[in-house]
Parts: sequence; C-alpha cells; structure tokens
Amino acid sequence: MHLEENAKIIRRHIINMLYNAESGHTGGSLSCVDILVALYFNIMNHTQNDKFILSKGHAAPALYATLAELDYFPINKLETLRKNDGYLQGHPVSTIPGVIASSGSLGQGLSIANGIALASKLDKNSSRIFVLLGDGECDEGQIWEAAMLSAHYKLDNLVAIVDRNQLQIDGKTEDIMCLEPFAEKWQSFGWHVFKTNGNNINEIICTLNKAKNVVNKPTVIIANTIKGKGVSFCEGVLAFHGTPPNKEETLKALEELK
Amino acid sequence: MKPTLSTREACGLTLMNMGSQENIVVLNADLSGSTQTSKFANKYPDRFFNVGCAEQNLVGTAAGLAISGKITFASSFAMFLMRAWEQIRNTVAHDNLNVKLLGSHSGLTDSKDGGSHQCLEDIALMRCLPNMSILSPVDAIETEQLITNEISRNGPAYIRLNRISTPTINDNEYKSTFGKSVKLVEGDDITLIATGTMVSKAIQASEILKSKNISAQVINIHTIKPIDKNAIIKCAKDTGHIITIEEHNIYGGLGSSISEILSENYPVIMKIMGVNDRFGESGEYNHLIQKFCLTHNDIVKNAETLTRGNNEHLQT
Repeated sequence: MHLEENAKIIRRHIINMLYNAESGHTGGSLSCVDILVALYFNIMNHTQNDKFILSKGHAAPALYATLAELDYFPINKLETLRKNDGYLQGHPVSTIPGVIASSGSLGQGLSIANGIALASKLDKNSSRIFVLLGDGECDEGQIWEAAMLSAHYKLDNLVAIVDRNQLQIDGKTEDIMCLEPFAEKWQSFGWHVFKTNGNNINEIICTLNKAKNVVNKPTVIIANTIKGKGVSFCEGVLAFHGTPPNKEETLKALEELK
Repeated sequence: MKPTLSTREACGLTLMNMGSQENIVVLNADLSGSTQTSKFANKYPDRFFNVGCAEQNLVGTAAGLAISGKITFASSFAMFLMRAWEQIRNTVAHDNLNVKLLGSHSGLTDSKDGGSHQCLEDIALMRCLPNMSILSPVDAIETEQLITNEISRNGPAYIRLNRISTPTINDNEYKSTFGKSVKLVEGDDITLIATGTMVSKAIQASEILKSKNISAQVINIHTIKPIDKNAIIKCAKDTGHIITIEEHNIYGGLGSSISEILSENYPVIMKIMGVNDRFGESGEYNHLIQKFCLTHNDIVKNAETLTRGNNEHLQT
C-alpha cells in the first residue's frame, strides 16, 4: 500500500475520533500525520528498538491512529478517545501500548528523549530516538535547556522534528512569540538542521535518511506543514486548533479523504 | 550524640560505594560539589551527567534514563528541585518512573544563603503526588541504608537531605525498614514525632522532660510517605498527646500528615512544630532554629503545656 494511502486512513481515523469525542485538537493532529507515517511505516527499525516520543501530546489522535494501524492495540479502541473510563486518554499516557512516555504538558519530550539517547549510548545499542515537537511548544524554556544538552553530549542518535505549522492556540507563532530565525537558533545551539516539506512523505523519508549520516551532533528537522492538512476547510484555520469537527464538517472531511 | 557526617555527605559516599552497579546513573544540575555527587562523578564519569543549571531538563533527562531501565538519581538543592515540580508530577510521578530525587540543603540547613535557598515546602509539594515516596533520613547510617534500599526498590522517591553535620542517632546494629517508624525512646505521657534534624532535638527534650516527671516517647519518621499509619495511631492511643517536629512549614508536612491520620482514626490534641508559615532568612543555623522556636527547649515547653491540658498556652 502507498504511504499516502496510510496517511489518508489515519486522517480519516482522526476525524472520526474527534467527532466521537466531541473535543480534541484537529489542526495539530492533521498537520503531523505525514511525519508519523514516514517514521512508523518506513524509517523506524522496530527490531533495533527505535523509539518515538510525541512531545506535542495534543496530537494524540494522530499517534493513536498510527499505533492502531500497526496493531499496537485494536482499531475499535480508537472510539474510546476522551470517553468515560476510556482506553485512550486525551493526551498520551504510557499505559497505552506503544506510548513510552506520557505527554501533554508542553516542552518535556526533548528532555526525555535526551535521557533515552544517553542510555542508548551507555548501553552501546544502535537504536535511534525520534521526538516530535510543536512549533508553539518551542516557546518553552525547557526545550532550549534540553537542546543544549543534546549538543553537549553529541547525541547523534537523536532526531527532533518540529511540526512547523505556524499556528499556536492564541494565533500565529510569529505574533504570539517570535520563533524566527528558527533554523539559526537550532544551529547556534549546536544542532544539524534540515528543512523539509513536512506534508510530503517522500521528502520526510529522504531527510530522515540523510540525518543518519550526521555524526557527533543531534539533528533537527524543521518540517514545514499546514495546520489541518488534508481537510480543505481546516487548513491554516486557527479555530480548528482545539475544536473538533461537527457532524456536517465530519461528513465533508471524510468525503475529501476518500 | 556526636556530630558526624551530614546526610548529603553520607549520600555522596553511598552512591560512590554502590556505583559499581552498572545500571546506576547520577545526574546533577551544576551543584555536584555541594550535593556531594561529585564523588560518584569522579569514580564513574561515564555514568554521571551534569546538565548545567537547568532543573527542568534535569528531571526530564532523568525520566528518559529511567524509561530505559537505569536506576536514576537526580540531585540538586531541595529548593531548586521544586522549580521542576511540574516535570516531577507529569513525567516522574505520573509514569511511576524509577527516579530518585535527592534534595540536598533542605529545611533551614543552608542557613547563611537565606530564604531563596532554604526549602520549607518540599514535603508538602511531594506529599500530594501519587506514586511518590518521601524519605527523610536522620543520620549518616540511616541515609546509607535508605539509599541502598532505594537502589533495589522500583519507583519514584524524594530523599530529603541536609547540609549540616548531623548527630549520629543509630548504631551499627540498626536496620531501617522502608515505611516503618522507629521508636527511639520509650514513654507513656506524650509522643514526640520528629523527622531529620529535629529527631536529635526531640531526644534531648525527652531527657529534660524525664527530669520533670514527664515520660515522653520519641519516634523517628524516616519515611514520610507512605507513612507508618498504625504506629502513629498506637502512639495516640498509648500516650494521648502528640507533638510533631519538622524543619518545614507547619502546613503540608509531617505534622499535617499525622494530623490527617489521627483526625480520621483517633483524634487527640496535638501540636505541630515547624516554621510558622514564613520564609527563612540568612543567619547562623542555630540562631535560625532558636528564632523559629525549634530548639529542644521549645519542645519541652510545648510538651509541658500539652500534658497539663493547658492548650491555650501552646507556643505559636
């Protein structure tokens, strides 16, 4: 099956999950689907114990749908998102198969990934550690404390991917708290920086493969994405940051994602 | 009771001595000398990580190492670890990770540095976190035992350590048990329940009280959470009067914990001795202890008042 088809299936799951749950984060879940597909369906080597942490935990629906498609748990569990006594919590918790660290409070995933990358170096295993950050999340000071550590300890087994969709809950990232010059910030913190189209699966895979050749420093991929990608009326629309689609919107979205 | 090592020094030595266990890692946030984790760092540099002055990242990185199966010690001053309370809550405690937080310079023991460095709130902040255990060793011997036990016990813990040299309470025969209180002095009229630096003062107070014909038993609480509930209820039943003493705010600490148990099970009038809801300040340690009414004489006065049933005159 084409990876684009996987991405479509996952986007359909996301729309259904959010509609069922009557709450959740539509825009940031849809924007990162292609990144997750590239990682989980192509790049990550599950036998060598590659690891992924979703630091932008509000994109939980995208992660859950990906994990369900890979049989970490049954597809029908997706219906339990945010429900009473539900299997799937609003933000990732580590009791869910495939989730190695709980998240939801922003800014913490890169530190956790650092710890896992350090342990991996100590144990001399060859696993790669991937962490997905939101761009708004990079307002958090802890991201930059962690960024210094990754470079200081030369964690070339670590790849951070920033879902650069340009929007955070209160508005445009550059209006709320200016991130630019973003690539230069990471560079000056000692990271190898790639930029890629974060909604083009082949480009993401190509960039992630290039990152394998980076030695003695961590890699960050600034993945330029469109918030709400794949559903025309959600794309670039701030209102869909933390709002689920209603019935009419759900039907329309599913039609577009056929 | 001769002064010996501080509990932070005992902790540093224990980590160094136990460090041959290859899955132990130690992290610090630019205070490895003060916290004594430098001893481990010198012997096992590959398994020591200094994260710089960055406590949030200290806790997060420790969490990642624990997820990977390492027995992880994360050390800083007690006060500065509290800066990362939210990381401790959402990452370490929530996921029940095997991270041992070493909070040095707790209470008033960093006396001259003043209120910014003294930590009178840590027990309260850690006590309300599910999964979190709180240890507060009384001396070097107990520190070594509790930390050694933590190496084999899976789960998060906050270990409260001190800057000052502490009298040795226990002898070499002593064996601590996680979650169990220790009766150090027998007595019938009143129970003095103390933790950390305040235990030796409770023992001194019991000796003076004896000369005044008040028989005070002394209990050392080294595990503040999970607390030894049954032993505390028994103390209330046996002596009818309770004083708790801690180098912590009177709100949210050991005294609060004990009053919660007693009010639900066997209410008795008690006196919670601690720092009376204020911040610390610079000065000689013993001066601060006097100023904040935490000397053995203060304990004696409160015990006399309580046992005479004259509760209005309890010191505030």
